[in-house]
Amino acid sequence: MNRNVKDTIVEGITGVSVLLIIFIIVSILAVTIVGGWPNLNWTFLSEFPKDGMTKGGIFPAIVGTAMMTIIMAVAAVPFGVITAIYLAEYASEKSVIAKTIRFAVKTLAVVPSIIFGLFGLGFFIGFIGKNMDGLLNGGELKWGQPNILWASFTMALLTLPVVIVSVEEAIRTIPREMREASLALGATKWQTIRRVVLPGSVSGILTGTILAVSRGAGEVAPILFTGAAYFLSDLPRSLSDQFMSLGYHIYIMSTQSSNVDATLPIQFATTLVLLLLTFSLNAVAVTLRYRIRKRAK
Amino acid sequence: MIKDLVRLKSKGQNTAKEIVSFNNKKFRFSDWFAEKVIKAVAFLSIAIVILIFIFVFREAFPIFKMDKKEAVSTELLVQESYGGAETGSASVKTTDNQVDNSNKIQATDEKPSSTLLSKTWMPVSDNPRYGMWPLFLGTLKVTLIALLFAAPVSILAAIYTSMFAKPRIREIIKPVIELLAGFPSVVIGFFALMVMATVFQNIFGYASRLNGFVGGIAMGLAAIPIIYTLTEDALTAVPRTFTEASLGLGASRRQTAFYVVLPAAVPGIFAAVVLGIGRIFGETMIALMATGNAAMISMNPFDSVRTLSATIGAEMAEVVFGDTHYNVLFLIGSLLFIFTFALNALAEFYFKNMIIRRYQSKK
Repeated sequence: MNRNVKDTIVEGITGVSVLLIIFIIVSILAVTIVGGWPNLNWTFLSEFPKDGMTKGGIFPAIVGTAMMTIIMAVAAVPFGVITAIYLAEYASEKSVIAKTIRFAVKTLAVVPSIIFGLFGLGFFIGFIGKNMDGLLNGGELKWGQPNILWASFTMALLTLPVVIVSVEEAIRTIPREMREASLALGATKWQTIRRVVLPGSVSGILTGTILAVSRGAGEVAPILFTGAAYFLSDLPRSLSDQFMSLGYHIYIMSTQSSNVDATLPIQFATTLVLLLLTFSLNAVAVTLRYRIRKRAK
Repeated sequence: MIKDLVRLKSKGQNTAKEIVSFNNKKFRFSDWFAEKVIKAVAFLSIAIVILIFIFVFREAFPIFKMDKKEAVSTELLVQESYGGAETGSASVKTTDNQVDNSNKIQATDEKPSSTLLSKTWMPVSDNPRYGMWPLFLGTLKVTLIALLFAAPVSILAAIYTSMFAKPRIREIIKPVIELLAGFPSVVIGFFALMVMATVFQNIFGYASRLNGFVGGIAMGLAAIPIIYTLTEDALTAVPRTFTEASLGLGASRRQTAFYVVLPAAVPGIFAAVVLGIGRIFGETMIALMATGNAAMISMNPFDSVRTLSATIGAEMAEVVFGDTHYNVLFLIGSLLFIFTFALNALAEFYFKNMIIRRYQSKK
């Protein structure tokens, strides 16, 4: 075969793969938007589910997701930022400790999300919660059952690597000269980190937080048995309450509901809400990250 | 600057040396304290991994303890050959107990925990059986389908992006494909359940709407961004001199891509595929929603499938705390954890070393 013809064919095949992936992305978006848009209105967003979840809105699921991700971020971001500071500023690349921490972070990033769910059940609920009940409530069951706090903590473990990676990347883009200038002026290492490194990596911390929130809002497996509820007639009022979540709502409505067809509009609209949420968060994070990378160059 | 310092030294009442030592003493404590705190927090990620190990295993462990007690009371030990019955991913710790299981396979009626290697998964019945074979097989089948779909597509797409695309188009393609990573898996699962299942059924005309094939393709979608991004990175990391030398000798871009760049990036691509496998293997929501969830032993890709992770997701909520069923689900979790841990270690240490060796010798 002519070499040019062969070149064109092979390049064509690789190009088709790209188009296939883009086609799939576009069709997921299109299907969700076409199916969900007609049902997406203010009442849907602001009402509780009605008539055995066949009518009404998804207000508690939105609030539940928001609350869960906020608690998650409060737990995950400080730990993530500090670990990133350690990896970027204190640890030497060759030290065994730094390598082990890096490996642990990578392991956390690849462990299946369902394992985090199991861990949350075994550790937070079965161990910490049970013992808290024994100490604080005299054995009465309060913390030793699924609730929003344990679900958020479980999710925080899952999103920790996201925060660490983003923040470390941002810290590494801060020019060495800035640190050296600070040190040369007599600042100590900690002062340099607090006054020079941290302010310089604010956008990275923000990126990490947004990515973590977006990931946490979309994951369902870790909260399946650590706190998500099928239906609640009330919003969670304390940390020991269960909560409704958008992703869990989609899963339940599309697989466990007694009448899947009747609730199709609700399912599509819920999916659209979740997709819009994670998408807009990701878009912000990608833009921020693009700026950080530009600075690095 | 130096002049200033000298002036400071001569003018000031304290010498510069004294100032420095004073500062050092004053701020040393906060510095020392900050470093300790930061270090302690950084250790937390190691602690979490260890805790996950401990707590997932801890809940799985009672199965084996139970077996050991029973092994004493049961005199009836029928030898059955179950050679190679346990997959390599099983925990080394538990090997002895697995042997116990295979010996007592006859006594299944009374001891549900000893049915782990049987061929039926029927946890909720009067005579519960926890045979994990159908689950292993199902997971393997789905992973294979997903991989056969995702790996070629994402590797070819990565080759196009890094070798053939014009820089401007590359700037668009990369972020768009990475968008796929931002799709929650429940959304992909929903898409598979609502759209892909129907479309595929119309094309192939098989019986059950939800099956291993639909689930596999959907799970492949979740793995595409991982394999694509890491492959693209591996291809870009190949030194430009390779490409330039090849093009300079008159090879076409296609020849350069497939005979020069691709072979040089093989370890990186392997690592990408390995991490992709890990993602598919552990994927829960898509498996729950799109595979049909019937535990059966069959090699037909169009049969319904129940994966390991979906089993945990589907059954854990209805299980009694501390029950045998509960322990078995944690055992499945332990196996999943060991397997992904091993995959990650493989990608991290083995392939990374290969990459480093390759380029160092050629520099």
